[in-house]
Amino acid sequence: MLNDKDRIFKNLYNDLGADFVSAKKRGDWSNTKELCAKGKEWIINEIKLSELRGRGGAGFPTGLKWSFAPKEVGSRPHYLVINADESEPGTCKDRDILRFEPHKLIEGCLIASYAVNAHVCYVYIRGEYYNDGQKLQKAIDEAYKNNVIGKNASGTGWDFDIFIHYGAGAYICGEETALLESLEGKKGQPRLKPPFPALIGLYGCPTIINNVETIAVVPTILRRGGEWFSKLGKPKNTGTKIFCISGNVNNPCNVEEEMGIPLKDLIENHAGGVIGGWDNLQAVIPGGSSMPLLPKKTCDTINMDFDSLVAEKSGLGTAGIVVINKDQDIIKCMARIARFYKHESCGQCTPCREGSGWMWRMLERMAKGEASQDEVDMLMDVTKQIEGHTICAFGEGSSWPVQGLLRHFSDEIKKRNKFDPIVKKQKDIPYLVDQHLLDKNA
Amino acid sequence: MTLRKISKEQPERFEFTQENLDEANRIIKKYPKGRQQSAVMSLLYLAQKQNDNWIPLSAMKHIGKILDMPYVKVYEVATFYTMYNLTPVGKNFVQVCTTTPCMIRGAYKLVEACKEKISENENEFVKEKNCSWMEVECLGACINAPMMQINDDYYEDLDKEKALKILDQIISGKKPEPGSYRGRLNSEPENNRKTLLDVKNA
Repeated sequence: MLNDKDRIFKNLYNDLGADFVSAKKRGDWSNTKELCAKGKEWIINEIKLSELRGRGGAGFPTGLKWSFAPKEVGSRPHYLVINADESEPGTCKDRDILRFEPHKLIEGCLIASYAVNAHVCYVYIRGEYYNDGQKLQKAIDEAYKNNVIGKNASGTGWDFDIFIHYGAGAYICGEETALLESLEGKKGQPRLKPPFPALIGLYGCPTIINNVETIAVVPTILRRGGEWFSKLGKPKNTGTKIFCISGNVNNPCNVEEEMGIPLKDLIENHAGGVIGGWDNLQAVIPGGSSMPLLPKKTCDTINMDFDSLVAEKSGLGTAGIVVINKDQDIIKCMARIARFYKHESCGQCTPCREGSGWMWRMLERMAKGEASQDEVDMLMDVTKQIEGHTICAFGEGSSWPVQGLLRHFSDEIKKRNKFDPIVKKQKDIPYLVDQHLLDKNA
Repeated sequence: MTLRKISKEQPERFEFTQENLDEANRIIKKYPKGRQQSAVMSLLYLAQKQNDNWIPLSAMKHIGKILDMPYVKVYEVATFYTMYNLTPVGKNFVQVCTTTPCMIRGAYKLVEACKEKISENENEFVKEKNCSWMEVECLGACINAPMMQINDDYYEDLDKEKALKILDQIISGKKPEPGSYRGRLNSEPENNRKTLLDVKNA
């Protein structure tokens, strides 16, 4: 288990208060000026050294992303955008950062903006988190009052403004280019890449987009050194991560742990075990609903980091762990996830718009046992035709969970769906028009 | 993709109150000059708040004029995002999350409670209760499942009885305390905390 002194989010459960004074006691804003004085190069290098990978799902190296921003500001200003549109089922880590550690986020925003030459930062918060956004706004107001942001922020000589933009209930706006569209006041439909946002992003200007958790850990990394962070976890999968453990466990919770911690440790130790005991475990979704599920035998040994999970044909995603025990109907659970994706598809690309509905309807039928045997392969075919044929990663996100179900539970589906529409025996039914086809078998 | 229906009964006029107009101007200032269109989402939200939780077409026209953008662009945004209600929903708008993490912890029991207390079908505006309910997709409080959102507030760690009680209070015009209904501190593991203990006991 990770030592408490190595935990970044000391106020994850709000024992200490989220206001400026309490945050300062925890070390936030203590030497922001000195950190910035070491220069942009140093900041980016230190983040590269820490091997921090984005916490929003894709796991892209943060230092590398920052280095894509143009070194000199040309005719267009640079922007920093924080993605707080947390809508992935099973994930609720950013909400707690917004509520309880807002100053870590704001300080991270200042440092990141300084590193990528941005003077303005927008935080895109999902509309449902209105109250949590108000808490962040309160923290921002406090920060302005204490001159840690605004003109000559924290005495660094850097002018920095931060604004909150509320979304309005569209999952797709968590995709970075859809988020930019939404921020520009349009409907949130993803853009084609390239051009990448680092060169042409918000209002056509260079824009760096990061997840809340990624930015909130930056100040601590710089204070304690990139090397400290890179020593936690495993090579290429370094540092700590907030895991959200929900579903059929005794004590669902958010907990910050080292990357690469065994899944079993997380569930048994922190979440109080699976309801009905470890043997009652059926499957686990390891990284938010869009990652393929893992069957129990994989869960016994798997470690929670990007590369170990990719090796099992799944992914760490946002580290939203949904535990499903044997009391649940696994096909129904996945059908509900398919309904989520059907509901949230933005409608821009045909394979996703139509296919997500097909997948949902087929899975609903399979859950009821009304599908035919060959529909199992047909469903796989549909997922393959969505995956990789869409503008954004939503296509993968919606088809992977279904593929995971088919990979590990196709026996279960076949057992339940025995219906065979093809008549194989001559039954002398007068209205059956293709009966003559069976003559040769008769 | 979701089908969004526009209400057949539309008020003739909509105008922001002076207070909301000031707020709107404050919001527009957040964005660079000439990019006032960015404020459309926040303005729609304001309009929704002012108009008992739903947005009439006249409000879209009004916002289009304020932001100097075509009416159809505002309409496009209002029909794309699911949080904008285009038909009356009542002053107390109950949303029950039924996505998988909530579902496996019994979210459909909360749906039953809504059916008993509010209306048989979702999206039915019950005028005398000034209330309506609907099933929604993940609200991002999976740790505290099952949960529901009433207007801006999250009610977490519920079961059917607790939901019934909350709905009773809401319908009778009271505002129950939001947050966890099992008395736990935010998203900590109940009675099983192993981390940050010195902080807790400090």
